[in-house]
Amino acid sequence: MQQLTVFMDIESSRSYIDELYSSDSAKIIEALVTLKNSVIGSNRQKSSVIQQGIVPRLLQLMLEDTDPNIRLEATITIGSLAKGTPENVAELVEQGTATALVELLKTAPLDTKLLEAALCALRNVFLHPPAPISALPSDMRLLMRLTQIAREGSPNARACVVRILSIWCGGPTEQEALCSAGACAAIAALLASRPASGPPLGRALPALDLLAAMCFKNANVSEIALNTRHGERSIPEMLSGLVSRDKPLAVALVAARCLTFMHRAGALPPDDTRVVFGALPCLARLCTKDMPEDIRATAAETLAYLAEVDTSLQRLAAISNHLMISLAEIVNCPSAAAKQGAFKCFASLGANDEDIRKRIIETHGLMVHVVNGMNNSESNVRLAAVRCLHSLSRSVQQLRTTFQDHGVWRPLMQLLSESPGMELLTVGSSTLCNLLLEFSPAKEPMLDQDCVLTGAVEMLCSLTRRPEAALRLNGIWALMNMAFQADQKVKQRILTTLGTEQMFRLLGDSDTRVIMKTLGLLRNLLSTRQHIDAIMSEYSPQVMQAVILVLEGSYPAEVKEQALCILGNIGDGEKAKDLIMANEDVLRKLVDYLAHPESKLQEAALFVAGNLVWRGEAGAAARQARLAELGVLRALKLLRARQDAQHLHDKVKTALAQFNEFS
Amino acid sequence: MAAMGSGRGTMDSLNQVQSDTVDRLKLLYPNVNEEETPLPRSWSTKDKFSYIGLSQNNLRVHYKGGAQGPGRRPHLPYLHLRLWMYRHGKTHKDAASVRATHPIPAACGLYYFEVRIVSKGRDGYMGIGLSAHGVNMNRLPDGSAGWDKHSYGYHGDDGHSFCSSGTGQPYGPTFTTGDVIGCGVNLVDNTCFYTKNGHHLGIAFRGLPANLYPTVGLQTPGEVVDANFGQQPFVFDIEDMLRELRARTRLTIDEFPLPDEQGQWQQVLHRMVSTYLVHHGYCSTAQAFSRATGQPIDEDIASIKNRQRISKLVLAGRIGEAVEATRRLYPGLLERDHELLFILKCRQFVEMVNGSDSEVIGDKAGGSNGVATSVISHTSRAPDCPAHTNGVSEAAGEAGELDAARTDVDMAAPGPAPSPAPGPAPSSATPQPNGAPLVPCADAEGCGARASVERMLAFGRELYAMSQKLHHHKTMLEDAFSLLAYSNPWDSPVGWQLEPVRREAVCEALNSAILESQGMQWISPVEACVSHSRELLRRMARAALGACAFADLPALLRR
Repeated sequence: MQQLTVFMDIESSRSYIDELYSSDSAKIIEALVTLKNSVIGSNRQKSSVIQQGIVPRLLQLMLEDTDPNIRLEATITIGSLAKGTPENVAELVEQGTATALVELLKTAPLDTKLLEAALCALRNVFLHPPAPISALPSDMRLLMRLTQIAREGSPNARACVVRILSIWCGGPTEQEALCSAGACAAIAALLASRPASGPPLGRALPALDLLAAMCFKNANVSEIALNTRHGERSIPEMLSGLVSRDKPLAVALVAARCLTFMHRAGALPPDDTRVVFGALPCLARLCTKDMPEDIRATAAETLAYLAEVDTSLQRLAAISNHLMISLAEIVNCPSAAAKQGAFKCFASLGANDEDIRKRIIETHGLMVHVVNGMNNSESNVRLAAVRCLHSLSRSVQQLRTTFQDHGVWRPLMQLLSESPGMELLTVGSSTLCNLLLEFSPAKEPMLDQDCVLTGAVEMLCSLTRRPEAALRLNGIWALMNMAFQADQKVKQRILTTLGTEQMFRLLGDSDTRVIMKTLGLLRNLLSTRQHIDAIMSEYSPQVMQAVILVLEGSYPAEVKEQALCILGNIGDGEKAKDLIMANEDVLRKLVDYLAHPESKLQEAALFVAGNLVWRGEAGAAARQARLAELGVLRALKLLRARQDAQHLHDKVKTALAQFNEFS
Repeated sequence: MAAMGSGRGTMDSLNQVQSDTVDRLKLLYPNVNEEETPLPRSWSTKDKFSYIGLSQNNLRVHYKGGAQGPGRRPHLPYLHLRLWMYRHGKTHKDAASVRATHPIPAACGLYYFEVRIVSKGRDGYMGIGLSAHGVNMNRLPDGSAGWDKHSYGYHGDDGHSFCSSGTGQPYGPTFTTGDVIGCGVNLVDNTCFYTKNGHHLGIAFRGLPANLYPTVGLQTPGEVVDANFGQQPFVFDIEDMLRELRARTRLTIDEFPLPDEQGQWQQVLHRMVSTYLVHHGYCSTAQAFSRATGQPIDEDIASIKNRQRISKLVLAGRIGEAVEATRRLYPGLLERDHELLFILKCRQFVEMVNGSDSEVIGDKAGGSNGVATSVISHTSRAPDCPAHTNGVSEAAGEAGELDAARTDVDMAAPGPAPSPAPGPAPSSATPQPNGAPLVPCADAEGCGARASVERMLAFGRELYAMSQKLHHHKTMLEDAFSLLAYSNPWDSPVGWQLEPVRREAVCEALNSAILESQGMQWISPVEACVSHSRELLRRMARAALGACAFADLPALLRR
């Protein structure tokens, strides 16, 4: 039936379609008008016309320098077709409509109906994602022309051009190009309100969208927008007028977004009144219960971005207009966008301040939502929920109580084991680091179950092999936390899974923080006496090699300090002591470090020496003799005499006291 | 008009401050009728507990403590300060509160005040909020009864809100020395919110009762707070919320659903315009409008023209002629309605003083050829006010007439007076030193004036006799006669009577009486509608419906 109808349409329209190809311009125009009237408001007719393949002819008529009326009617028809279904628009773009329209924009005289029709058509095309961004080249002459239209054209042309540009502007290149083409001034002109009444919604909204797109993460453009004026008022002044309560919600929201982006790009300081009394209260208000869900969602997300880094803004937002309660309600909204926005906002608010974290946690039922959010079918909701959890996991108190009550580690481990995206993996592993901190009760259940332990250790070890430094760091950091005061089984598991080769690789990592955490892991592995001996009996060559590698290499002092601490730990082991004593190389280094100008290295070396000379243990006398022979005793005496090592004197004395037979 | 002497500079600046204060509050709450419901402007010296001290024009509150002897207890609603007793192991009998002088009028729509914490004192147990009028001042409450059930507060030490009970709810941040806490009452939604240093903290209470007083409570020595009831600019941008409520109310009005049979807007509006034009006798305009919209005119064109002619005469100050015309065209009307006649005659007397009435001007009637001046004094200065409202041409008058309907003063039908404004207008065109005689006509007037004065005195006697039979309007006559006591009546305290704008009320009274005598409505539907709306707003204010603050009648009419 459907087929038949289409066929009949084609048949019935055959006559005037043929006329389109006539050489008589009167006939062409008549056919165009008939065509135009037939496609208006009918998606079926649009599809049918496009299928008949007359788009190329329309484009040709549009571009040919013939009768201006023909060009106009052809352009209007194209514009009407571009209001059809997404498939229609995709087909149009395929056939070069966007490029042809841009060609027309380059040449059509200003202030003509033709230009306006072309702009309308191109806007319709751009409104369908994905917009044919590449059809509009970053050509300065063209952009200047477009911004001129945005400043001086008819109201309709201005709105269209600004809408096109707001979609087009997707990156720093476009931002800069538009900015140099004078888009800021055009925006200011569009925002400038007549006395006693705001600009009409239709005019302000595309201009605000464009401004937001241009300022996003662009310090240069934001700075220029900050200082652009129209008449008496600058863009920020107009924006702070637009965020007020009597403005339409959509306008207020985008105006607040612009201020937010200008702040985050560094153009407005966090204590600027337009941020503190303009954007922030507006966004907090737009999050409240009476607002439509889509507005609340975007407002929460924007507020998350606004307050992401600045603690004072976080504190202000936290007391503004019951934001916490509003966000808890938004989390409950059905849409993914709303949940995402609210989680992100909670994450920002709790980023730095422990009191705020406490209040977030105390928000009724929030943890349940976070856990549910991590199981959401939308990946961006899962990510936002983990971000929220990460922010909250910085709180010692929460780790001990709420996190434990809700078993948050379960869904988190689940998420991380399901080949998550890079962003989720980074945030998730950071969260895991916090969960594995020694005081975190989550650590116990995670390490209790064999399968989970295996999964966790393997996952973390695989992270240390990632090319991204942030992931390697999180992986090794989490392992370090995991190994702290862990039982033998866990330590063994870590060692076997990670492998000594990988450990050496990590010690040569380009990121010093990774090296630090690797040495930290070693330290934690080599903690209590039994563990030291057990591990050293198996891995002594590798461990000693690792230590020597660090001590000899060109590492910063804090790294070497870690290596010396490992030595100290080894020196605490019963049998492991002998490993050091047998290594003359290491002992000579010890003497050197006792005399090192860096005080923390002196202290670390002293710790090693102290452990080795301890009298109460078997073979102490022999060790003391050997150490005295190698000059350790002398080094200690020198250290005692040094004025700049006053703070170490007690420890030096203790160590020397062990040597009493020799002193 | 009155230029201040330079020696009064100090007084001027004082007045300036005073008027600024008044203006600021009036600007915030324009629909509040302070004669009926005064605005809170300071703390009450009577409605407070004795532990409280006031200073700085009763705007600063400090805690003095109780040296009054044992057994004294606070006996005012004081924001549940008693709770502190439990929380802090202190006794609530130290707590004390003070209310503002007046409750918040509903016609404020959105009321707001701010309190700056000058010092948090020993413990900073301060509460800011609202309370209803409490118990008798002279009676001490017994035992546990310490506060009124309608009492709402926000406490500084823990940031909790307290609503008519001893149990606080977590509400906002704590506050202390240097903070500015604002308390806003939305009288449309009956909600209350607080602000801290200009930041909206969200709604604290809903379902508030009417007639609450701004209130603060203090409890420990050294606590000092300053109130700002709107005399100073606020830290919080209350204007923003006012604009929002105004827009919201406007939207509610615009979107109010009407029954279908009342929804014939175009018809109703055309009818309103048409009847208004006819009522005030804008004959040609009414005819043109009627042609364009197909509205019938219920009155005879000739009848409208008659009324128009009479109105013109009254507005030109030619009352005598107007009375004559009325007698001729509407016989019996003035004979029946003595009061109206008396009002007209009184006005005629005033116009005689003014020099506008034909009986005084005599042959020079119409004021077009001669210079009219007061009969009383040749040295008088004609009021050099700009051409009054009646002097405008018909076209201009009609363009602005909807506007003009705003107030009674402006209401005047801009009677088409083709001649320049009678009386003062010509003389004001020629520059003349103050008090100088009107040189060109001094001679001619010299002899004419005496006769004029005599005619006027005779007229006055007649008028007095007439007043003896009437019970009302004695003051009107007294005021009119008082004009004679001044050598320059225009500059006298009763000179306002001479203003041409005063003719309009008389004109309206006469026009209404004529219409009524012809069996037509004495007031035009549009004016009836406006008065009705105005009265409804007044009633809303009395019924504590805060939305009346934002139903801006003049703005609606202007649109």
